[in-house]
Amino acid sequence: MIPTINLKELIFSTTRKRDTMALITYREALKQALAEEIERDENVCIMGEEVAQYNGAYKVTEGLWEKYGDKRVIDTPISEAAFSGLAIGSSMLGIRPVVEMMFMSFSYVAFDQLFNNASFCRYMSGGLMNVPIVVRGPANGGTNVGATHSHTPENLVANHPGLKVVCPSNAYDAKGLMKSAIRDNDPVFVMENTLLYGEKWEVPEEEFIVELGVANTLKEGTDISIISHGRCAMIALKAAEILQNEHAINAEVIDLRSIRPLDEDAILNSVRKTHRAVLVEENKPYCGVDAQISHLIQYKAFDDLDAPIHRVSAIDAPQIYSKPLEDWQIPNEQRIIDSVLKCLA
Amino acid sequence: MPTKQAVKKSTGKSGSTKKFEAEAINKKLSKSEKLKLYKKIVAIRRFEERSLQAYNQGKIGGFLHLYIGQEAVATGIVSLMEENDHIITAYRDHGHALAVGMTMNECMAELYGKYTGCSKGKGGSMHYFAPDKRYWGGHGIVAGQTPLGAGLAFALKYKGLKGCAVCFLGDGAVNQGSFMETLNLVSLWGIPVVYVIENNGYSMGTSLKRSSAEESLAKRGEAFGIEWSTCEGHDIFEVRSAANKAMTYARDNLKPYILEIRTYRYRGHSVADANHEKYRTKEEIENYKKNKDPINVLKTKLLADKTLTEASAKEIDREIKAEAEASAKFAEESPYPPKSEITTDVYWTVDNDSDNQLKGTYFFND
Ligand SMILES: Cc1ncc(C[n+]2csc(CCOP(=O)(O)OP(=O)(O)O)c2C)c(N)n1
Ligand SMILES: [Mg+2]
Repeated sequence: MIPTINLKELIFSTTRKRDTMALITYREALKQALAEEIERDENVCIMGEEVAQYNGAYKVTEGLWEKYGDKRVIDTPISEAAFSGLAIGSSMLGIRPVVEMMFMSFSYVAFDQLFNNASFCRYMSGGLMNVPIVVRGPANGGTNVGATHSHTPENLVANHPGLKVVCPSNAYDAKGLMKSAIRDNDPVFVMENTLLYGEKWEVPEEEFIVELGVANTLKEGTDISIISHGRCAMIALKAAEILQNEHAINAEVIDLRSIRPLDEDAILNSVRKTHRAVLVEENKPYCGVDAQISHLIQYKAFDDLDAPIHRVSAIDAPQIYSKPLEDWQIPNEQRIIDSVLKCLA
Repeated sequence: MPTKQAVKKSTGKSGSTKKFEAEAINKKLSKSEKLKLYKKIVAIRRFEERSLQAYNQGKIGGFLHLYIGQEAVATGIVSLMEENDHIITAYRDHGHALAVGMTMNECMAELYGKYTGCSKGKGGSMHYFAPDKRYWGGHGIVAGQTPLGAGLAFALKYKGLKGCAVCFLGDGAVNQGSFMETLNLVSLWGIPVVYVIENNGYSMGTSLKRSSAEESLAKRGEAFGIEWSTCEGHDIFEVRSAANKAMTYARDNLKPYILEIRTYRYRGHSVADANHEKYRTKEEIENYKKNKDPINVLKTKLLADKTLTEASAKEIDREIKAEAEASAKFAEESPYPPKSEITTDVYWTVDNDSDNQLKGTYFFND
């Protein structure tokens, strides 16, 4: 009999021994991380649109302004280029701002600040400075809001040496990665997901962090590696459960967690064991993160492969508004299962 | 260069309202034209109320930014559009759409994500377009439309057409860099664009005071040598009067203009903004509804000049409600787009490649 999978527990069973646990939402986990870091370091502050008095468009910062006040939790006008650049400048003097993009889609109006200044100042100064900022906010589709509000730009960020980017798929990682991101001395993008904010997972009550650059094996398996990140990793896990129960396929599910830095060993070790890989991401396929991972696998584990690497990503077009079509456009369990069956055929 | 004195500022104080109806631009309106204006603002209101109902029933998802309270602004300005005039706005775009003559059916179906929608279900609430009606969207990114508005006007000048582009934006949108860059450009190059700042006092939960260092938003134009004025947005005659001056100025002088219109939104920023009575008071909302409701204000005037009777107003309302109801039925019964539609309308060349001449791969699906 194949054991059923407990999604909530599997997530971090491989990463740490059990502490006292609390079942909390992804949103609450992020908020705890922000609050703990504000308390820990007087230079940590939060800025963005509606983050303070309105408690955040998605309530991630709820209660923080009330508790920590105007100096630490700062409402901005709708001027992303200005406040992103301001955050970068202030970080040169040791402030550690956490900049909220109400949607990561809005970072595009601050492109120069984030993709030129945050990423290259250190390099161009020959290492004389560093930019310890965090840029956080939801980067996902699936919410029926159309093309301008549904970007998943982790690949754009990863394409800029100097920037780091993580995509937490669950509350535990959201908290642990956020804390690491704030303590990190480089600019780190934390790609959140509005569809996960209300989901609950068990998170230790004791303080912990999740290091950047360490993937997580969500489910061990022998037949095929499903490699994914962000909310897609959770969908992949559900697909793996169905594959196990209905097709007797024992898939391994790897959650990258961190896109840059990337845990190459986790990917390669898994593929060396299963000899097949399906890569799943919500982003559009062309020049997506998984294009790089696919290259990595064929380059470093070519002889281990028994089949071509398959990819599941958003259907290659701007995000469609119509809900049932958008649900098909972005990866879902069925599309992952179809791809796994094809890869194993 | 306009001097400070040259800049005309209408204060729009109450009591002066008579004056607006007496102005030539309004005086010349026939009874049927006035009725048409009335029907438009009622249509916007009823359409949006019906869409809200559909949203609350879970038939529409995503964002729904309602224009309720601001109807006289779009209606008044669109009524002034001449043959070569164009408009463009942000995501609060249903009112402008209906004002230019888009149908309730296509607009409602778009909200439902249906194939019969104005964008085939691809754009949604924030992204309505009707180029045939010289309506260029419907833009979801705050102030993203402001350089586009300049571009529409640039094209008019380039082609030697007499006209203007009217670009609507919010009181929060003025703080985007792209808008400020564009102001310099349009003044420098003499571009006939009118920026209409629909100042409803709030950008989401942030009051104007908390987002702009200087409360007069239109006055920013002075830094770029741009003419500006302000007016009230609840009285369609005042809107028409002020906008007519602005649009005529832009057309005649090939110059930009900024018109700041004080208005109010009754609902939350979007339907998801359940908190909107936390950042403003109930009294503030009720007060506006009671004293400045654009439908009531116009209705009172049209009753007084006998364009309307209570009975005819009731009948208009009944007809329009029925039309809104029918649009919901139309939307509901319409099909969703087929899956194949996901990858059409991405590239002009692909859509028009009837003879298979295209080189290279355009789409990358496994
Ligand atoms: C660049 C960008 N930042 C933030 C948002 C989210 N957002 C949408 S509307 C809005 C408020 C805009 O207020 P205002 O310009 O006053 O227009 P109103 O909503 O009042 O019509 C915000 C912050 C966005 N769509 N684009
Ligand atoms: Mg506003």
